[in-house]
Amino acid sequence: MKETNEIKSEKKYSDEEKKKEMILFLSSSEEKEGLLSKANRKLLSDPLNDNNPITVQVLGICSALAITVQLKPAIVMSLAVMFVMALSNVIISILRNSIPSRIRIIVQLVVVAAMVILVDQILKAYAYDVSKQLSIFIGLIITNCIIMGRLEAFALGNGVYKSFLDGIGNAAGYGLILIVVAFFRELFGSGKLFGVPVIPEAFYEGGYVDNGFFLLSPMALIVVGIVIWVQRSRNRSLIEEN
Amino acid sequence: MDKNSNQYTILFAIAMVIVVAVALSFAATSLQPMQAENVRQEKMQDILSTFIGDSIVLDGKKVELDRAVASKVYKEYVSEQLTLDHEGNQLDDVDAFQVNLARELKKPVDEQVFPLYVANFEGETYYVVPLRGKGLWDAIWGYVALKEDINTIKGVTFDHKGETAGLGAEITTDWFQERFTNEEVFNDEGELVGVIVEKGYSANKKGDNRVNSISGATITGDGVTDMMQERLSRYLPYFKTKKNSKLATR
Repeated sequence: MKETNEIKSEKKYSDEEKKKEMILFLSSSEEKEGLLSKANRKLLSDPLNDNNPITVQVLGICSALAITVQLKPAIVMSLAVMFVMALSNVIISILRNSIPSRIRIIVQLVVVAAMVILVDQILKAYAYDVSKQLSIFIGLIITNCIIMGRLEAFALGNGVYKSFLDGIGNAAGYGLILIVVAFFRELFGSGKLFGVPVIPEAFYEGGYVDNGFFLLSPMALIVVGIVIWVQRSRNRSLIEEN
Repeated sequence: MDKNSNQYTILFAIAMVIVVAVALSFAATSLQPMQAENVRQEKMQDILSTFIGDSIVLDGKKVELDRAVASKVYKEYVSEQLTLDHEGNQLDDVDAFQVNLARELKKPVDEQVFPLYVANFEGETYYVVPLRGKGLWDAIWGYVALKEDINTIKGVTFDHKGETAGLGAEITTDWFQERFTNEEVFNDEGELVGVIVEKGYSANKKGDNRVNSISGATITGDGVTDMMQERLSRYLPYFKTKKNSKLATR
């Protein structure tokens, strides 16, 4: 739910206002490196827009296609990824000075896999219904390129707290896109949101048909493409020169 | 120690593997009883919900038939758990509830055992047959409760391992499962045909051994058809011994 709030607040403020707010915030909290200093806030907010793992870095596309047919699994998946990413970022960051660089990728993989198995086991014991919902997707977190990407690019070179924020931020950016895509796919594909029918019966009587194409993976790719298009038209700084 | 030396690298790898292995096996073994209990309760819930439905009156209050409630009332309603061989003989030394259908299905038919649950609910007798078959991607399974005539379906539950969300996975929804209620598994000639999940079948007629499929989930639907036909046919020898069954009266 956190993510959806963030979409709203993002839409409300134009870029100008955002900058002003940032400066205000800056002047009040610059003196000491607070828990939510400017740099730390940026770690959280950057992946939501300017540096979104899916739409800008184009990472984690595979799972974005697989689990965005319905909203509920998309949200649970986002939370699971957030948990795994924050924890493995923290662990790698703690170990960063002792990991031999020649086997660092293997170490990262082992840490991520261990976390994922742990999440899976805990869900099966304490949140059986959620674990059933996610079934194979939990295992797929291991293959989520965003996690390895952040471990390699951030956690290996930064402190524990910053790595934690980076993990949360990137998982939120990933989750945001997942939820947006899942919203449109569930709405147009099955006429439902969270499994509840939202398209009035009268529409169907008048000849409206759910678009089954939305339920298939290619449509997820197209929706992600449209999201990228919309994002770039609103945020010109993302457009490459050529 | 030099972090880039072979010695350090190997020691680090060994230590890491040991730590992770110990942590994971500790987690797995300590959580195992709870996981097994969840699976056991879910099985009870699945069996009960075929003839009870989603909610049950407990101590004068209507409560949802969730896993906890199901495990509490299971003994009350399921009066007999039979294990049959392929000729319909009862086996006394096998606990029907513990039979693993996935494992049984891998054996030749004459070596398999077939669990059957006999239940009494609100004065009616129901025969609950466990089902298991193949969907589009992976296993599908479920339970079907037959009324005393061993022909009319009281209710079904289906579940799946990896069917497509929004398409094949919809077999777990109430609206699909309700289509089977009051449907019959024997045709007018007295042959066992199960319930055929038919693409584009819109006549909402009961007792014609057919229900409408889910659009976009034809293969999963065919899986349900096959599973029901195949599994029920294994119980024919036993059903023939039941005097109330449609087979015996013919």
